Amino acid sequence: MAIRRTDSITSFVIIISVWEITVRLFHVSPFKFPGPGEVGVALWELAASGALLDHVIASLYRVTWGYYLSVLTAIPFGMFLGTWYSARRIFNPLIQFLRPISPLAWIPVALIWFGIGDRPAIFLIFLSSFFPMVVFTMSGVQGVRRTYLRVADNFGLTGLERSIKVILPAAMPEIVVGLRITLGTAWLVIVAAEMIAVKSGLGYLIVDGRNALRMDRVIAGMIVIGLIGLCLDWLIRKLETLPYVIWSKRRK
Amino acid sequence: MKRFKKPMDKVEVRNLTKSYVERRMKARDPGSCNYHEKCEVLKGIDFRVKAGSFTCFLGPSGCGKSTLLQIIAGFEKADRGKVLIDGKEVTGSSSRHIFVFQEDGLLPWLTARQNVALGSRHITDPEKRSSEEEDYIEMVGLQGFEDHYPHELSGGMRRRAEVARALITNPDILYMDEPFGALDFVTRLQMREEMLNVHSMFDSTILFITHDIDEALQLGDQIIVMSERPSRVKADIHLDAPHPRDLSSGHLAELRKEVYFLMGLHAAL
Repeated sequence: MAIRRTDSITSFVIIISVWEITVRLFHVSPFKFPGPGEVGVALWELAASGALLDHVIASLYRVTWGYYLSVLTAIPFGMFLGTWYSARRIFNPLIQFLRPISPLAWIPVALIWFGIGDRPAIFLIFLSSFFPMVVFTMSGVQGVRRTYLRVADNFGLTGLERSIKVILPAAMPEIVVGLRITLGTAWLVIVAAEMIAVKSGLGYLIVDGRNALRMDRVIAGMIVIGLIGLCLDWLIRKLETLPYVIWSKRRK
Repeated sequence: MKRFKKPMDKVEVRNLTKSYVERRMKARDPGSCNYHEKCEVLKGIDFRVKAGSFTCFLGPSGCGKSTLLQIIAGFEKADRGKVLIDGKEVTGSSSRHIFVFQEDGLLPWLTARQNVALGSRHITDPEKRSSEEEDYIEMVGLQGFEDHYPHELSGGMRRRAEVARALITNPDILYMDEPFGALDFVTRLQMREEMLNVHSMFDSTILFITHDIDEALQLGDQIIVMSERPSRVKADIHLDAPHPRDLSSGHLAELRKEVYFLMGLHAAL
């Protein structure tokens, strides 16, 4: 059965209708819960003044830095751990210990270490995606079929070629899952990170809206966060069609 | 005075023994070992293979044929005993001795041509390398499919690509672990014929595992029949009948019967 394009927006239409009806029916104060119309107006104002774009750029800038830093360090580190059993024995307990500590618990640490500005936020993003990414990469590397490693040995590939041409692509499907999930986490954490120590970004927009008792702006901020999250996920899913990844889906 | 050099055996296996700890929770077949028990797979395997010959290994499934070939290829270590190739003990895998795997040994993220190129790495001249790649792709009949990924090829084509990747290295020894086991009947017979061509065109010594008795009889210069676990060499048969072989009459028919009996089959003939 073909999935129509309109199917994916059906649920949005329903929720907006319910929202509108509820607000009108019970005469909810716009200071508590503004209706879709008011939020739409707030969104338009923010967009027209250019403030919204500035906030979006500020957030994306921090997420990009934090995410790239974590991916660029976590993948090599995860490959190292996945390849060497003794390294895994040494580092794995530490990773499993640090992983469940919420990035939010690191906020005071981040502030004291990095002060005010972009850097504590970037640090928090980095932390939130680093450990899961290491674990995904590590388990991807551990799961590489023995046959592929034997092919690499048999054709005399050097250690570096073996890592780049065989282990990395063989682990790539799992790494891409990790990339997708950690990007989601990074975006999740940015809002919390921006509620402290910065004067820009979507997280700041929400905190600022609350302080000014502008619930319409708070909800507008939430909507923009959701939409960008959707776009990021859509973008990163493009990775799943690369030849390095698609083989695992097509094989049987 | 003319001096005779004793012709050296290509592969010599001496008193090879291997056991491992059973990791399957459920027994695979009635004869297999219990979970976490030490399980003896190979027990005192001895045989020699002449240079340039085609040797087939027959035996019941799970008897350790694959383990044996993997030890010879240097992928795994024996507990006791030795494998000598050209008189030297095997310590690891070598790009002169290429393994064609039981499951798909092609790297699935590389195209057919990129896979074949794994075997042409020793050719330094880039032009010669690419023309060789083309030649071997054509030899196995994959022209037009060079840029296909393994999942876009049929089972038979995948096997051919893997054979091309092995042959382009001009291997001294070719190890084949039930390479055609998963193919349909007709494709299997075609591949069998092509293996005979390969054997006549290349000097490689071929060690070939199969569970198909007729395949072994059609292809082999030597047939090594292995027993159930712990596996020993049950019979070491040399045959020099010319190809193509007719298994339905004469000496070969007798031999076929004998091999079936060795494998414990009496009624299925």
